[in-house]
Amino acid sequence: MNKPGNPLPNPLPDAEQLLARLLDQMKPVVGPDTGIIGIHTGGVWVAERLHAALGIKVPLGTLDVSFYRDDFEKIGLHRDVKTSDLPFDVDGRHLILVDDVLYTGRTIRAAMNVLFDYGRPASIQLAALVNRGGRELPVCADFLGGDISLAVSQSVELIRDSHDGTGKLTLKLHEN
Amino acid sequence: MWLNPRNPQLNKNGELHHLLSLEGLPADILRQILDTANSFVGVTQREVKKVPLLRGKAVFNIFFEASTRTRTTFEIAAKRLSADVINLAINVSSQSKGESVLDTVANLSAMQADMFIVRHAASGAPYMIAKHVGPDIHVINAGDGRHSHPTQGLLDMFAIRHYKKDFTHLRVAIVGDILHSRVARSQIHALTTLGCPEIRVIGPRTLIPAEIRGLGVHVYHDMRQGLKDVDVVSMLRLQSERMKGALLASGQEFYKYYGLTDDKLALAKSDAIVLHPGPMNRGVEIDSSVADGKQSVILPQVSFGIAIRMAVMSILAGN
Repeated sequence: MNKPGNPLPNPLPDAEQLLARLLDQMKPVVGPDTGIIGIHTGGVWVAERLHAALGIKVPLGTLDVSFYRDDFEKIGLHRDVKTSDLPFDVDGRHLILVDDVLYTGRTIRAAMNVLFDYGRPASIQLAALVNRGGRELPVCADFLGGDISLAVSQSVELIRDSHDGTGKLTLKLHEN
Repeated sequence: MWLNPRNPQLNKNGELHHLLSLEGLPADILRQILDTANSFVGVTQREVKKVPLLRGKAVFNIFFEASTRTRTTFEIAAKRLSADVINLAINVSSQSKGESVLDTVANLSAMQADMFIVRHAASGAPYMIAKHVGPDIHVINAGDGRHSHPTQGLLDMFAIRHYKKDFTHLRVAIVGDILHSRVARSQIHALTTLGCPEIRVIGPRTLIPAEIRGLGVHVYHDMRQGLKDVDVVSMLRLQSERMKGALLASGQEFYKYYGLTDDKLALAKSDAIVLHPGPMNRGVEIDSSVADGKQSVILPQVSFGIAIRMAVMSILAGN
């Protein structure tokens, strides 16, 4: 446990600050009919916060990309597949995909494929809490909380505090 | 050998490689299949009902025994996963069955098959096939003799969980021709593994095998007693084509004692659901007013069956 007033040094940025920056960038752009879609699991947490703070009337969408991943042949089906739920019509709508960590871009490629199986959106933009570099596909974020640089052996995970009820978001570093 | 010798359905990492029976499958694998199927239910309600998971894979439906519904739901499931599906209905010649089955399978393997979905009148036939295929081929049992029908059992569990949420407080009655039913066996194994505390089997003495008590179920010959306060009534089809010898006087007599009618169903809990694997013999094991009534979930079962088969195929193909 961190003692108040005596925080342990943390090389990672504060996720709540990144979220605030993301929100500032999105505020002028989103309209009342914009569809916000979080990618499971961390992206949904970020999207829930954005959706509430932006006061969007259209219900939040959630996406699981397990059925569209390009590493299925290598690693098989994800053990814990979540349900995709798009409670609005995708056709002709401006959509914003939300993910926590932007890395290779493969998840975003898969997510766009899922969306096109629901219909033909007017546009898709991407919001990411943090960009860690290492892109393998031509994908970039339209809205970005911040950048970090990590070694290939490292990964970063978004954690949501489930104890105090605030749902505070933090980033956690893993050495693989 | 890449498979677990004690349970040839599992690979060395304990993952599902073939689906042959629900017997001996751990609860976490059953739950993984049910959870994955739940995600596929959403897919089948979209404009594009396909996902690209099994793109480029060849799935062979090999049916040595006729079945329209099961074959069709497997075919739809495979197509919704973007696989190529080849349907083969094979009439088994009476001589040297064992050899001809393996020859068929060897030939299909040479055509770069990735998955075999097998139905056979002989119990154990899918096991024999699973033993002889190469390490990259997956086998799904679509019903073998009196032994097992695992995807039917799984879709029944999916339906029960969908309507009742949890297995650990349920009383489930399985009614009818238990003796010839691979569905009943699959249901009993799955319900037990998932923690269902009370399973009852109901039927005439001639259609309930004595050894069934060994599976921990309660046996009733009086349907009215057996249905009292149950949460789930799972009706079985009277398997007249499997019936050899005089096990029953007539369909009408069966209906009188073991047909599910509104007044018998009234003895179960008021929110009890009614399952039937189909095809139904209306007026033999189930009355039309029950089959089409509020408590019947027989048609949703068919839709769930597609999602379950999509889940099983995609989990196997990925392991």
